[in-house]
Amino acid sequence: MLDMSCLATESVMAMPSLPLLSHTGNNQAVALRNGEMVSVDQFLHEVRQLAGQLPDRQYVFNLCTDRYRFLTTFCAAMLRGQTNLLPPNHAEKTLVQMHTIYPDAYGVSDRGMALPTLQILPYPELSNQQAAAQTIPEIDGDHLAAIVFTSGSTGEPQPHGKNWRSLVQVAQLQGERLSIRAGSQFVATVPPQHMYGLESSLMMPLHNGGTLHSGQPLFPADIRTALMEVSAPRVLVTTPLHLRICLEEAIVLPPLSMILSAAAPLNQELAQRAEKAFGAPVCEIYGCTEAGAIATRRTTEGDEWRPLTGIHLHSDSEENTWVEGEHLQVRILLQDTIAPSDEGGFRLLGRKADMVNIAGKRASLAALNRQLGLIPGVRDGLFFVPDDQPGVATRLIALVVAPGLSESAILSELRQVIDPAFLPRPIYLVDSLPRTATGKLPRDTLIGLLGELQRG
Amino acid sequence: MENSQSPFEREVAACIVQALNLEISPEAIAPEQSLFQEGLGLDSIDILEISLAVSKSYGVHLKADDPANIQTFSSLRSLAGYVEKNRTK
Repeated sequence: MLDMSCLATESVMAMPSLPLLSHTGNNQAVALRNGEMVSVDQFLHEVRQLAGQLPDRQYVFNLCTDRYRFLTTFCAAMLRGQTNLLPPNHAEKTLVQMHTIYPDAYGVSDRGMALPTLQILPYPELSNQQAAAQTIPEIDGDHLAAIVFTSGSTGEPQPHGKNWRSLVQVAQLQGERLSIRAGSQFVATVPPQHMYGLESSLMMPLHNGGTLHSGQPLFPADIRTALMEVSAPRVLVTTPLHLRICLEEAIVLPPLSMILSAAAPLNQELAQRAEKAFGAPVCEIYGCTEAGAIATRRTTEGDEWRPLTGIHLHSDSEENTWVEGEHLQVRILLQDTIAPSDEGGFRLLGRKADMVNIAGKRASLAALNRQLGLIPGVRDGLFFVPDDQPGVATRLIALVVAPGLSESAILSELRQVIDPAFLPRPIYLVDSLPRTATGKLPRDTLIGLLGELQRG
Repeated sequence: MENSQSPFEREVAACIVQALNLEISPEAIAPEQSLFQEGLGLDSIDILEISLAVSKSYGVHLKADDPANIQTFSSLRSLAGYVEKNRTK
């Protein structure tokens, strides 16, 4: 399998198109749907049926939540030369906003979603009759397979285009790095429409001869059930938060061959506990929506990241770090500062001061502070990122000077203008902020003030 | 009485507020109000924190099987009902 993926990587240079999947036998399983294996033939049969039912447009909102239906819609759209739009969430407001930018778009939903202004097709019943032998379709490497959206500070979606070649190459590079064996079965607790889920729970199985579980288990008991449904070698695609909750609830999981973690930093202690409890290596993936997966590390072996083959990081004198790779059309500016090591690896030093990452969403503190300052009655105020606690989802804290306003009044104003993930918990009302003569607020001073406020 | 909390709902509300560090008093959670988007604005990370808190307090392991079934826990009333029925401590 590894040899094959190397060959495929080389052939990318010469061939404009790349196969839809890398499975070598028509009876190999692509997915596990409602407890039933879906073979390559059956999958392609369904993709082709669905492709035949899609309208003739350029863009499709892939709104399916079942991972298998998401995959068939994703592939059917590509067969028709269409681009999958992957919104950060399925809120009506988000979709209406995005629809104005892509007026030609329609949607496909497996949950009966309906909007007054957007045509949304219900995911159709597809024939599950014994499929005839199928050929594996080739997709043009330059085809814009998907546009992945992130939500900015104020919730306005930001587009990041992904061509088919880059998605396939990252899947091959990740498979090679993580030694993913053909026949690996993937269970993921993250949604398929975000970059991590798209790369690690869809593209990785699709291009390493793997099988994906159609669900998205949330609670530890659900994760266990999904893992029991698939067979070894099992790969769990998850986050530090899910790992911590599984450990604290002391859930017993079937044997795993690998645990992947991303979306938030995983600390050493949690990684050690997870490896001990679940008997599998915990590998972290470092990446961003713009570049996709960039580097990996086995957390218990140290804090150094190894870039995927062919990916290079360069820092300039301003502490900006750029990511370059054969599959990236342009170099990408990272939101983190790094320290390169001798062996080509690197350590993360931290986020650029202004950027915060909460619940997998990114925002600029300056933009959040600006929104806070715009609330009538707010004289001064700022958002504050508390120090990370192991595995705990960080939430922002706000310190606000607003005589006459209540915490709940400020919160309901903020709710109108910022993404809920960034809403402060809690808000502290103070008489003034301890600004220095130059108007700065040193972090140490803020931590001291917070300590006093928290002690009441 | 529909809009007032039962004693057990009050207890679960306190558990939620504490687990999530929310900026409201437990009494302020209307039992039938959605805990998610339009209501309290909680997300799937919060529901995981809630699941951990109720598993510690009541020995209940929340199960959804499917993200759509998260509706079972979409209000204080439905969550408290589930916990009361399945609690082991």
